Amino acid sequence: MQKYFYRPSTGWHCRPIESIYMYPLCTGLTHSQLMLGFSPFSRLHGRFRELAPNLVPLDYTNNPDITLTSCLITAMPELKENPFRQRIVETFSEDGSGDLSFSDFVDMFSILSEMAPLDLKITYAFKIYDFNMDGFLCEQDVEEVVHRLTGEELKPEERKLVSHRVMEEADLDGDGKLSLTDFENMISKAPDFISRFKLVSIPCECQ
Amino acid sequence: MDNVDGAFLSRRVVAVNNPLLDQLPSYQTLLYRRKSSGSSSTKRRRVSRGRYGSTSSGGGTQDVRGKCAYGRTQDGPSRSTTEHRLARELPLNMAEKRRHKLQLYRDLSGWKQWRSSAGHYLKRMREEGSVVFSSMQLWRTDIHLIEGMFGTGILSYFSFLRFLVLLNFMMFLLIFSFVILPVIVAKRTLFLTVYVFVCMCSEIECSVYPPRSRQGLVVFHQYITDLLSGTGFLEQTYLFYGSYMVESIQFPSFSYSVPIAYLLCTIAYLLLSLLWIVKRYSSVCSVCVSDSFCNKIFAAWDCCITNENAARLKHKSLLYELKTDLEEERIRQKIAERSRQEKCRIYTLRFTLNLFVICVLAACFYAIYIATIFSQQIQAQVKCTCASQQYTFIVALIFEYLPSIVITMANFITPIIFTIIISFEDYSPAFEIRFTLLRCVFMRLASIGVLLFSLWSQIRCPETDCPCGYNKKLYPCWETHVGQEMYKLLIFDFLIIGAVTLFVEFPRKILVNHCDYALVKWLGQQEFAIPHNVLEIIYGQTICWIGAFYCPLLPAINTIKYYLVFYIKKVTLVNNCRPASRPFRASSSTFFFLAVLLIGLVLATVPIIVMSNTHTHTLSTGYCAHYSEHDSVSNTHTHTHTHTHTLSTGYCAHYSNTHTHTHTLSTGYCAHYSEHDSVSNTHTLSTVYCAHYSEHDSVSNTHTHTHTHTHTHTHTHRVLATVPIIVSMTQ
Repeated sequence: MQKYFYRPSTGWHCRPIESIYMYPLCTGLTHSQLMLGFSPFSRLHGRFRELAPNLVPLDYTNNPDITLTSCLITAMPELKENPFRQRIVETFSEDGSGDLSFSDFVDMFSILSEMAPLDLKITYAFKIYDFNMDGFLCEQDVEEVVHRLTGEELKPEERKLVSHRVMEEADLDGDGKLSLTDFENMISKAPDFISRFKLVSIPCECQ
Repeated sequence: MDNVDGAFLSRRVVAVNNPLLDQLPSYQTLLYRRKSSGSSSTKRRRVSRGRYGSTSSGGGTQDVRGKCAYGRTQDGPSRSTTEHRLARELPLNMAEKRRHKLQLYRDLSGWKQWRSSAGHYLKRMREEGSVVFSSMQLWRTDIHLIEGMFGTGILSYFSFLRFLVLLNFMMFLLIFSFVILPVIVAKRTLFLTVYVFVCMCSEIECSVYPPRSRQGLVVFHQYITDLLSGTGFLEQTYLFYGSYMVESIQFPSFSYSVPIAYLLCTIAYLLLSLLWIVKRYSSVCSVCVSDSFCNKIFAAWDCCITNENAARLKHKSLLYELKTDLEEERIRQKIAERSRQEKCRIYTLRFTLNLFVICVLAACFYAIYIATIFSQQIQAQVKCTCASQQYTFIVALIFEYLPSIVITMANFITPIIFTIIISFEDYSPAFEIRFTLLRCVFMRLASIGVLLFSLWSQIRCPETDCPCGYNKKLYPCWETHVGQEMYKLLIFDFLIIGAVTLFVEFPRKILVNHCDYALVKWLGQQEFAIPHNVLEIIYGQTICWIGAFYCPLLPAINTIKYYLVFYIKKVTLVNNCRPASRPFRASSSTFFFLAVLLIGLVLATVPIIVMSNTHTHTLSTGYCAHYSEHDSVSNTHTHTHTHTHTLSTGYCAHYSNTHTHTHTLSTGYCAHYSEHDSVSNTHTLSTVYCAHYSEHDSVSNTHTHTHTHTHTHTHTHRVLATVPIIVSMTQ
């Protein structure tokens, strides 16, 4: 199976040499998809560059540490309607501020693609929903999630009621907050998670 | 910063436990950079990227190397454990994995090698096949478009419609290949012997089936009436059960019995429908647990949404769902707190309202019964006095369609009544919706049952003598008649769908867009009512199942009907409807609709079984063996080929007023009857059947055969006996 890969020293290749970079993105692509010129990596770099063409160099190896601010990333069409976009970019950034380097950018698209394994998705979803970043989902986190989803339409006591019900359903060890295990258990029973927790990638103009 | 460190700490803990995180491109980049470039540029990164390794640079690299060397330095026993894990999950890079896989492959024996490579090849082929297959799916782009614009609720309706189109098409293929095709082929070819039904003398009255086409001057609009009601010229086509006269076809090595094939086909397509529905149901029901709050909160947001409008709609639908659930909670609490007095009041109210509903249903059923009886009487009247045109074309048509009209009106009014009633019964909102739907379903399916019952009450024996087991006087061939009623229901249903779209929905949209009256604005734009539309198509499908036994081409007509309905509904959806303010839960409702479809299937099986057993089936003596009412001539032909054919009547009676007939019998059988004094019939018998008779004194039949037949004609004029004779030709 042909794979596209990027060697920092020599640039883009399409020979079937092993690529440690492309593994999560290329796994599962069919032969026909690749033959159609599906080159996710080069497309992603194009998308990254078009957010700030004067900052990001054409050649990846020149300055791999360039980071773009969260405002630029959250303005992307895939993310701009997502109520959790700020949390998403914060989770994938190194320092938690929302500034993404290209590697973080590729991480984000990789986790939020169809190919990523479910465990990885669940781990990252847990991190995204953990607003106070204490490693657990407490009631305030859940209330905040509901707030983001419904805006100001629900009254605060209604939000409390909803988060209370969620806790009842999901908290198996009864400590009043959800750990990753509880979250995993709960999400495995939610059939819509996989189909919804992914970004549809809009092709960029430069490729 | 401390906060962030804490987060990184927890991430690191998570990362170490999950080897998958090492697969991330960022991590691999890190490894690559550590290996290739110097320490100066990467030292800073290592400190800040502490989440993936320890903070000391040396330890980090060692860790990494250790992980990379995981595969290489393994010894035998632990390697066998990794063999059982998918290669994907191993924390190795690609070169290692390749080597690992190759090693495993070489370890296998020759047979297993072949098997594993064949397995890979098959898997690839299956992938390609599924890609090709999914691109070939009917209406893929249309349904995608609808899903994007209106969401999954309406998508479920259209994919349900597509499923029914395919089901009907399969049914048609089944019937065509096993019943219709052999009959057509047998009639056309000269090399098969065909046995047709004989009617013994004693039962002669029961297999009477006079040719039903119109006599005399046929007015143009009568053909339209025929087309719309399945009478007249349509009766002699393959459309109806009555015209399948063939008993068995003699192939060189075996005998193909058409009645048995017909019965088996019926059972086969009912079973096919059942199995396909259950299969679809099981694939849908795998996602049954979606009512949990967790699904609604954490798996709620669809990250694929990029459109502002779509995002707004999604917010609204989420809000609505949560509000409904909160409302349910509130009502549940309220119910638990009801006092005894209140409970009594509520129960008596519900009891009276249910009684009222039953009365409404009974009234509707009685109306359908009366309408059917009246329509049958009018039809019988028209047939008996066929020359008189006491009713105009339109009125006659209305009388024919009276049962369909009454059923449609009942199905239109009763949901409105039910919706009003249920608001008084004080149920929880979700239960209200379901209960109303249940009542509507009952109404729809029971109305078909009432129609069949009233038909049966007409067809069955009157109190006086009844030699044939059913009311032969009114219904020479009752199966065709039932088929005609089903045909009429189907056609009318389709016409109503088209008419409602054209005359109600489009004007409503124009009115709402251009009128500024408050009343009009309150009425608002059309919403696509999914439950009622789905019930409509389930109703059509039930009719098709019931009618397919009596009218074998009905599945084909239904396929075409649903094909057109798809486009009609798509047009009305895109142009006239606004998105639903209440979100429609697709998964649980698909389950509900498939269940209702199953009920329809069971309902359809019941009349077929009942009617097959109670009435003396004309199957044994021939479907509805035709004979002509007139003084007949029996022609016997002796052929030197292996032909067996009945020359009594044949499938179609042409009545013409012209003097000369020239028939090329390459199209088969025909019984010619002419009213005039001199008739000359010339036939070229390139096929098999010809039954000629004429009423007149002088008949000259000349036959020219293109085969080497020797035949003798015996014409017996004015023979009163109407026994059709099977002439079997021997070699």
